[in-house]
Amino acid sequence: MLRDITLGQYYRANSLIHRLDPRVKLLGTLIFIISLFLGQSIWLYALITVALIAVIKLSKVPLKYITKGMKSIVILVIISAAFNLFLTDGEVIFRFWKLTITREGIYQCVFMIIRLIYLICGTSIMTLTTTPTNLTDGIEKGLDFLNKIKVPVHEVAMMMSIALRFIPILMEETDKIMKAQMARGADFESGNLVKRAKALIPILVPLFVSAFRRANDLAMAMEARCYHGSEGRTKMKPLKYKSRDHKAYIALGVYSVLVIAISIFMKGRFI
Amino acid sequence: MGIVKTKNLTFEYIRRDDEGNVEGVTKAVDDVSIDLKEGDFVAILGHNGSGKSTLAKHINALLLPTEGSVIVDGIDTLDTDQMLKVRQTAGMVFQNPDNQIIGTVVEEEVAFGPENMGVPTKEIWKRVEDSLKAVGMFAYRTASPNKLSGGQKQRIAIAGIVAMKPKCIILDEPTAMLDPKGRAEVLRVLHELNEKEGVTIILITHYMEEVIEADSVFVCDKGRIVMQGSPKEIFSHVEELKELRLDVPQVTELAYELKKAGIPIKDGILTNEELVRELKNVYYR
Repeated sequence: MLRDITLGQYYRANSLIHRLDPRVKLLGTLIFIISLFLGQSIWLYALITVALIAVIKLSKVPLKYITKGMKSIVILVIISAAFNLFLTDGEVIFRFWKLTITREGIYQCVFMIIRLIYLICGTSIMTLTTTPTNLTDGIEKGLDFLNKIKVPVHEVAMMMSIALRFIPILMEETDKIMKAQMARGADFESGNLVKRAKALIPILVPLFVSAFRRANDLAMAMEARCYHGSEGRTKMKPLKYKSRDHKAYIALGVYSVLVIAISIFMKGRFI
Repeated sequence: MGIVKTKNLTFEYIRRDDEGNVEGVTKAVDDVSIDLKEGDFVAILGHNGSGKSTLAKHINALLLPTEGSVIVDGIDTLDTDQMLKVRQTAGMVFQNPDNQIIGTVVEEEVAFGPENMGVPTKEIWKRVEDSLKAVGMFAYRTASPNKLSGGQKQRIAIAGIVAMKPKCIILDEPTAMLDPKGRAEVLRVLHELNEKEGVTIILITHYMEEVIEADSVFVCDKGRIVMQGSPKEIFSHVEELKELRLDVPQVTELAYELKKAGIPIKDGILTNEELVRELKNVYYR
């Protein structure tokens, strides 16, 4: 049962978006998220929608995969929509008992729903088109400048990639320990929440012990292979910008300018 | 002088009880002097706790001697400035294949060593290709290590060391967690590396079958080297090996028992063919 969980949610395909440098995608996602919160104009959202649809089409990822991530945020969307709908001051349209609905409230509510849905779409596109290894590489290289203020970027990226490598191994191990404990009569399925949580202890203790042992072994193996931090380290697959990445940066620039122009021009207006 | 040389090597560790008080000192390695010839296939035998792993970690500078010295290719391991050079000259493969693989893709895993050494990108690709071919895993270069069998993982780990172009590879019970097929694969690769590339192999093991084809054998017990010689010489001493809680290969044991029963055959028989030949001699005599 634990084996079914797939790592990350990479969707294998050969598209322009897949081939882009991870740094471009990271920055693109960041700009996209910021643009979502820059204003409340219909035109702004029209632009964002066009951009999002274009990227989804280019990425060749089926829409089904993108909307799959949506299920987990349904409750969040409903709650924030309700707050916005009932708690915004303005021109009253409808009043019922203690609840009032205003014109501004309706706008706010609709925009909030759109924002949240687009947010998930945008970030899913990034994780669906980038392998975890690529993503950590992108973070390491893209945040290189933080090294100047003594942030251990390389070390953090190394930890992330090692964590990714060990997730399947530890899952397998959990499965094994669980079966071993079940063979000795452990019961993980019945009882209330507290009882079930307590039943997890005999799994967690051996799992932690073995994780520490593995960490010890791995550290020794890394040392034996001359690992000594990022100093003087070369890469087998260094990230290099290609012409498509430059073009993507230009497209991102154009997008940002348009977004800023619209949000300034349409300040405080909906249409 | 040989590639690996130890002189009166001693390593102690302090045993402590639960409160951290010193209970006593254990000598894991006790006054060991060995001299290994370059290009040899060396086997180190010993039961659990005999100090063979501790000895191996000294050759790779993972542990430093309490007393005495270890010289690897002319460099003293106590010289910490040259530590990386030592580790590059004497690569080390560990027991558990899962716990020594760092990369999420086979080729990136093999590239880890050269990357640390600062090898240029182009050269890394070449080394990765060559070493994966040397262990016969080139077809799996884009696979995830998690999807491979134990023997395959261990071959990848060996490739990762080979890519660093070491003169000597130390393997600390590399086959202990593998099935017979995986063990055979790994041993074949090791012999190939030894014969074709001239890499010195130091194999630490407690499987006697893996020792038969070695050039020289050392037997460890309680941190000391108690026997050394060719496999033939070592396996002539069946009684002593048994006292050290070590098994001899099945054929050797059979020959030993036959001899004890009064059949005149020679000592140190290692293969089925040898025994058959000996028995024929006895029969036709």
